[in-house]
Amino acid sequence: MSTEKLELFEVFIRSKRGLDHRHIGSLHAEDHEQALEYARDCYTRRSEGVSLWVVKSGDIVASQEDDSESFYDPSDDKPYRHATYYKLPDEVNNM
Amino acid sequence: MKTDNNTEREALFQQRVDNEEKIEPKDWMPDEYRKNLIRQISQHAHSEVIGMQPEGNWITRAPSLRRKAVLLAKVQDEGGHGLYLYSSAETLGISRAEMIEALQSGKAKYASIFNYPTLSWGDIGAIGWLVDGAAICNQVSLQRTSYGPYARGMVRICKEESFHQRQGYEIMLVLAQGNEEQKRMAQDSLNRWWWPSLMMFGPHDSESAHSAKSMKWKIKRETNDDLRQKFIDQTIPQIEFLKLDYPDPEIKWNEERGHYDSGELDWEEFYAVIKGDGHCNRERIQHHVKAHEEGEWVRQALHAYNEKKRAQKAA
Repeated sequence: MSTEKLELFEVFIRSKRGLDHRHIGSLHAEDHEQALEYARDCYTRRSEGVSLWVVKSGDIVASQEDDSESFYDPSDDKPYRHATYYKLPDEVNNM
Repeated sequence: MKTDNNTEREALFQQRVDNEEKIEPKDWMPDEYRKNLIRQISQHAHSEVIGMQPEGNWITRAPSLRRKAVLLAKVQDEGGHGLYLYSSAETLGISRAEMIEALQSGKAKYASIFNYPTLSWGDIGAIGWLVDGAAICNQVSLQRTSYGPYARGMVRICKEESFHQRQGYEIMLVLAQGNEEQKRMAQDSLNRWWWPSLMMFGPHDSESAHSAKSMKWKIKRETNDDLRQKFIDQTIPQIEFLKLDYPDPEIKWNEERGHYDSGELDWEEFYAVIKGDGHCNRERIQHHVKAHEEGEWVRQALHAYNEKKRAQKAA
């Protein structure tokens, strides 16, 4: 049994109530519980947050920047999705 | 012992709320708070989704390709907003399926304005300008609601919502500066959508069943009547700029109050529409059920494809 190849976890932290969890780093651990404890030791030594999430890195499915043509490209030719596209007179422009 | 514990927890909870700290999903919260939130957030989600119908009605009949693309993008946004809100309600322990069931069986409500029909292209302008305008008033206020996931959803929604109102007002502007027939269309749409838009803020504070608790728990941050007044005050100059007539003859600036006065709403109509007797109540729900049932084969196909992939991996 290998004790060298522990699983990789990603750590997310909520710095304050009301804010989203944000990715802060990763670590190796045997299981979720241990990952959470390590995360507490590694990433919250200076009251960085009020809540931690740990997620197995292998469970994250990510898109790549190279995918951008099929993933994000269509947005560029749809400027009408932005409020600034609609030119309104100054009198009512604070809408 | 248990009661003591709960009193203590409730005191801590209220203290958190009073201190403007957000409540997050895994925190202890009073059952009533949870129930109240589920009711309000799911009702909000249903409104986004049902609201796609009156506008969707005009996608195929928009007067130009530009208008069609804009309307499609707007309706697509509303569907997305429904998703944010359902997800936020799901953090409170209710399932999407339960919420949809409540909508379809009539147990859950949605904004009753969507039970009015969209009769002309001017209505698409009036909806963006007035209905989205009223919704924005409410949603800006809800960005400060005490429940974290709801507040964060509102921030996302408000950001996306900004174009909705502007495209609506742009439609009104073009009509109001057009020929006589176009002006008449703009005026007619304003007249028909004004009152239901004001009703979106709900009954008077004195009549509102959920208001007091919701304010104490900071689920709501401003009262129905205050938000309604804010909307009236900001919208009247926009009516004047269009050079359209007031939809309500009692609208008048009140120097002393620093607000516009306006006529009383037809509350009988308000409650009739809520109870199911609006122009389109049955149609809206029937359409939702139909769309849901007709989408069943897609869900089954997704599931079958997944099973097949899993079997291939195992082999």
